[in-house]
Amino acid sequence: MLRTWRQRVTITDIVVWAIGLAIAVIVVWGTISTLQSGKYTGGTWLDLTIKGLALGGVYALIAMGYTLVYGILRMINFAHSEVFMSGPFTAVFLALALGQSGYLDQHPLISMTLISLVSMTVSALIAILLERIAYRPLRNAPRLVPLITAIGASFFLQYVFRGLYGSGVRAYPTLAALIGFWELAGVRIYKTQVVVIFGAIVMMLVLYGIVQWTKMGKAMRAVSEDKEAAELMGIDVDRVIVFTFGLGGASAGAAGILYIILFPVVNFFMGFIPGLKAFTAAVLGGIGNVPGAFLGAMILGLLESVGPNLFLDGLGVINPSQLKDAIAFIILVLILIFRPSGILGERLTDKA
Amino acid sequence: MSKRILFVLSLLLIASMLLSACAPQPAATEAPAMTEAPPAAFECTDTIGCVTVGPSDPVHIAYLLVVAGPNETLGIDSRNGIEIAIEDTGGTILDHPVKFDGEDGGCDAGPGQAAGTKLSADTTIVGVIGTSCSSEARAAVPLLSGAGFLVVSPSNTAPDLTEPGNPNHYPGYLRTAHNDTIQGAVAAKFAFEELGVKTAATIHDGSLYADKLQQVFAENFITMGGTITAQTAVDPNQTDMSSVLADIATGTPELIYFPIFLPAGGFIIRQAKTTPGLENTKLMGADGLFSPDVTSAAGDDVEGFYVSSPLLSGAAYDEFVAKYEAKFGKQPISIFHAHAYDAYMIIKAAIEKVAVKDADGTLHIGRQALRDAAYSTANHQGLTGTLTCDANGDCANPVIGAYQYHAGAYPPELIWPK
Repeated sequence: MLRTWRQRVTITDIVVWAIGLAIAVIVVWGTISTLQSGKYTGGTWLDLTIKGLALGGVYALIAMGYTLVYGILRMINFAHSEVFMSGPFTAVFLALALGQSGYLDQHPLISMTLISLVSMTVSALIAILLERIAYRPLRNAPRLVPLITAIGASFFLQYVFRGLYGSGVRAYPTLAALIGFWELAGVRIYKTQVVVIFGAIVMMLVLYGIVQWTKMGKAMRAVSEDKEAAELMGIDVDRVIVFTFGLGGASAGAAGILYIILFPVVNFFMGFIPGLKAFTAAVLGGIGNVPGAFLGAMILGLLESVGPNLFLDGLGVINPSQLKDAIAFIILVLILIFRPSGILGERLTDKA
Repeated sequence: MSKRILFVLSLLLIASMLLSACAPQPAATEAPAMTEAPPAAFECTDTIGCVTVGPSDPVHIAYLLVVAGPNETLGIDSRNGIEIAIEDTGGTILDHPVKFDGEDGGCDAGPGQAAGTKLSADTTIVGVIGTSCSSEARAAVPLLSGAGFLVVSPSNTAPDLTEPGNPNHYPGYLRTAHNDTIQGAVAAKFAFEELGVKTAATIHDGSLYADKLQQVFAENFITMGGTITAQTAVDPNQTDMSSVLADIATGTPELIYFPIFLPAGGFIIRQAKTTPGLENTKLMGADGLFSPDVTSAAGDDVEGFYVSSPLLSGAAYDEFVAKYEAKFGKQPISIFHAHAYDAYMIIKAAIEKVAVKDADGTLHIGRQALRDAAYSTANHQGLTGTLTCDANGDCANPVIGAYQYHAGAYPPELIWPK
């Protein structure tokens, strides 16, 4: 009995569990000492939580692009950060023109719909072109090849947009309808955050609906399960893949618009960090799984927003906010060590 | 299989982020030999070598400024100032045409080091005007200094760079910009006396400039009797400032001083207004946030934002601005155009002082002699005042003013001294 136990548990397992335990102790200890110090009020925590959920909503929509493409092609589209950047970076010109003519303030709803449509269209187009030009010729190549291609495509797109629109920052005009807040039990809830959380949930439901209940969604799930069999059943696999990239791109374009509602400044490099975070969220939730991406993104947004103050402040860490990204990527490493299939596993692909 | 690839890939990503975050500080290399074989008539006795400019060759002056990216106006503005200086002097030094080109330093250590490496390989360069940002300087100046160049910065303000004995202080480096020991003190005085705030928090972004400036500000503010409630930092590429602002809000400061750059500075201006407890806190930055891009990055929230910046005036300066507008079709887009103009003039004067001219027009410039000449610059009548360089490389004669932004307007309004 003891012998088999010894054989099964390797030194790596022990080290890994020790790391996990150490991090758990740090988190619990930091949380307790922060809460004991009473530095932050309940209002602050609620404010950070809402901001975290808004951020999580944005990550969720970007993560959709990673997760859908992974579900079908089993590849990580690392150029997805740039798909995300291309939409809002293009739509800023429309937004500025509408802002200058005064139309934006007179008809905020129509304007925002137009801006979102431009952003989603551009992102979807870039994603489809990316698939057609960079990935399709490599579909039967070893898996590492499209991965490296994706990284190259990412740089290519970044610098193409830098060449097109310049390397400086551009700011979206402020939408008068979104200025202000509602007061709820003494806590200010900003309209922008409500719009972002609400927008993200609606978009996620629409995407989930498309995957679950439309004919194309059914085809996507079939291709994801077995490409050859789907082809034999008369499914046009190329069309399904193009649709998947388009859907992921449109979702990234929508994420871009929600992102600029929160952080209204765009530049050619804006996609890099949100893209990595969304990738982390997709892995956290279980890559290939639509509800998983949403869950992972919300958890990540929340931990990132609340984490520096909750875990690190109490430990006396200097400038905890600089470690925001570190928290996100430590989560990625931990997930890959302890539960590589993510929280919800690969339900989309495993479903019979 | 795929899990493994994912795992390896994410480790790689993290490693690359870490690497880019802590770009290595290059070791100072000793001056490599940079002279072509000296002609018979002239023997180079300079301790770090000579530059020889052939009869029909140009004198090569390079720039290392931030001319691309979110802070590009800072460097482009300086480059514009240099171009006017070259035009004003007929485009020649000692009857040789001037060759003026350079590299983007990106306002950061990484690109600064890359640009420094590239420039230091070019042995025809006599002098370099740069860098724009102090973080660039920390990475690039060791390389440029090691290559024997004379380096004059129009806009580095971090105290370290001219502090004797400091590891960031290199021979052959001078600046026409003010030292932040002055700017930080003026900012603290303005906040305490003119704005009447007694409590303040500071934020830096880990850059040499911001870290030192907020430190000087905090020291002076405390000496005057004020209280610093927090000294914290953000990442230069951070967009979400909610956790750092929540932390600062617990100390309820009357003013937040964040002498950083774009885009982070713009995000702090916007998000402070929506952080509970900071809605009415005064916000103040420094010359790094004196740019038309601040008005666009912060939108209407820029209203009331204070910055400190050099105060330029005088007949010569007004004449320069008129030339600037005629040449570039707009008002100066940032603040260090006149400093760059003066930097070029100091380099030119030093070359004229030490160059040995052969009968056929060949110029021989001793690199150490050139540096000595620049350090001994005295009573130089520049656009930014009467400049006298000290042995550490500080040449400026600064007057610092405080300005206030108004929504949709640029430049910000000068409000102090009245």
